[in-house]
Amino acid sequence: MPEVAEFDAVVVGAGPAGSAAALALARAGRSVVLVERGPFPGAKNVYGGVVYGRVLDDIVPGWWEEVPVERWIVKRSTMMMTGTQSLSVDFRSDAWGAAPYNGMTTLRSHFDAWLAGKATDAGARLVTSTVATGLLRDVAGRVIGVRTDRDGAELHAPVVVACDGVNSLLAKEAGLLPRAEASHHTLGVKEVLDLPHGAINERFGVQDHEGVDMEVLGCTREIPGGGFLYTNADTVSVGVVLSLPQLAASGVRPEELVADLKAHPSVAPLLRGSSLREYAAHLIPEGGYDTMPALAADGMLVAGDAGAMTLAAGLWLEGVNFAIGSGWAAGRAVDRALTAGDCSARGLASYRADLESQFVLADHKRLRRAPSLVLSDRVQQRYPGLLCDLAEGMFTVTNPTPKAGGLKLTRAAAARHGVSLRQLATDTVRGLRIFG
Amino acid sequence: MSAPPPARRRWDGISFEERMATVDFRVGARAHITVDADVCRSCTTKACVSACPANLFAPTADGGILFNYEECFECGTCYMVCNSEGALTWTYPDGGHGVVFHHG
Repeated sequence: MPEVAEFDAVVVGAGPAGSAAALALARAGRSVVLVERGPFPGAKNVYGGVVYGRVLDDIVPGWWEEVPVERWIVKRSTMMMTGTQSLSVDFRSDAWGAAPYNGMTTLRSHFDAWLAGKATDAGARLVTSTVATGLLRDVAGRVIGVRTDRDGAELHAPVVVACDGVNSLLAKEAGLLPRAEASHHTLGVKEVLDLPHGAINERFGVQDHEGVDMEVLGCTREIPGGGFLYTNADTVSVGVVLSLPQLAASGVRPEELVADLKAHPSVAPLLRGSSLREYAAHLIPEGGYDTMPALAADGMLVAGDAGAMTLAAGLWLEGVNFAIGSGWAAGRAVDRALTAGDCSARGLASYRADLESQFVLADHKRLRRAPSLVLSDRVQQRYPGLLCDLAEGMFTVTNPTPKAGGLKLTRAAAARHGVSLRQLATDTVRGLRIFG
Repeated sequence: MSAPPPARRRWDGISFEERMATVDFRVGARAHITVDADVCRSCTTKACVSACPANLFAPTADGGILFNYEECFECGTCYMVCNSEGALTWTYPDGGHGVVFHHG
C-alpha cells in the first residue's frame, strides 16, 4: 500500500500561483501541502521579466522591504524596429523608483523561493523534488488528491489546486483543458548576460537600483512575436517571444532570432562585451480570456499559467501578478468551500466570481481581442517599418526640396508597406476599442 | 572605449554546445519524453527539429527522429508543434531532476 498523507488542500506547483494559494490557506488555518517538482521553488520557471507588486500589497504588507529585487523599473521603453531603423517611445517616472514602487526585475529562483517561504512561514508544508503524477478520484469522479512519484505516495485532500504551469498535465487529466493548441502559445527564449552594474547604469541611463524595461516589435522576421530587454542588478535579460505555429512553419531556430536582436544597431551597443550566463526557454499561454480552460471541477481549481492567466496584450505584458492574484483567490475560495462543506465545482464557484470582480479576469475580459490584434500581420510585419519610415521621412532634412506634409508622408510610408489608409484607420479604431 | 570586433564574436559566435553548457541539468535515469521514430517517418514537416529551443531532435538517415532527453528545458514546444498523433509521449522528469534554472 502506498503511503498516504491527509490535508485540507493539496497545491501543485510552488510558483507564484501555488505559493499564493498555499499562503491563503495556511493563513486561514488550513493544513496545506505545496508540491514542487523542482529541487527548489522557481527552478523550472522562466519569465520575461517584470513583477508588478500591487497585487502583493494586501498579501505581504511592506513586501518591498524584503523582496529579492534586482532593480526597480523606472523606465519603460517601447521600440519598433526594422533591420536598420528603430523608433522608441520612452517613459520614465521617479515615482516608480520609490516605495511602493510599480514593477521590478527579479529572478524566479529568488522570487518564487521567497514567496514559497511566506507560505511555509504561515504553516504550509513545502515538498520539493516531487512530481504530482496524476489525480486521485473517488467513485463519483471527484478529485480527492494526487499521486506522487515518491514511491507512489498519495496526498489526499478535499481539494487540489493545480498551479502546475503552462503545460498543466493535471488540468488536462481533469478534462478542463481538452487539447493543447499551439496557436494559443508562444515560445519565450531568453539569454541572461553578465554585464557590470555600472555599465548597465551608464548604457541604460539609470542609477543605483533603477531598472529599464524595453519591449521590441519588429525583430522576429516573419514570425509573430516580439523582443525584450530587462535590466537586472548585474545581468541583462534579452530574448524573444515567438508564436509557435509560425515558428514551426518557418524552420528558423529560436536562438537565431535572439542573436538578430542582440546584433541590431540600436541594441548591440547596450550589450557590448557581455557574456552569456544562462540560456533558457519556456512556453507562455498567450491566448487570453477566450482560450482559458474551465477553472473548477469537483474537488479541483486551476490557477496561474495552468489557467492561461498570462496577459499578453501588447502594451501590457504581465503574468506573475496574475498568477499571484489567481492563486490567492483560489486559496480563499477553497477555504470558503471547506467551511461550507461543499468542495464540488459548484461549491468552488466563488473562485471565478472573485476573479471576474477583480483585475485577473476583468483585465483579461476587457483585453480579450488584444492578442489577435497584437499578433496580426499588419501590426507584426507592416507597422514597425511604416512608423520607422514615417519618422525617417519627418526628420530627414531634404533641402532644397521643401518639407513634405504629414499626410503625404503617411500615405507614402503606408503605400511602401502595402497598407491602405483605410486599413490604417480601421486598425486605429480597432486598437482604440480594445485598449481605450 | 574603442570597439574591437571581439564584442560581437563573444556572444554571436557562441556555439550551441557552449550555449547549452550554461544551463544546469540534473539528468535523471528515465527518458521523460520518448519518440516513436516509426510514426515520425511518415511526418513531412518535422517541426520539432527546428523549433526545439534545446535542439534535441535529430533527423536520421532513414527519415526517423532521434531524441536526446538529457538537456531538455521541459518547455512543451515539441508536443505542441507535433503533427503526428502518437509520435511523442511527454511527461516531466522525476522529481528533482531535469533542468534547473538559476536566472529564470
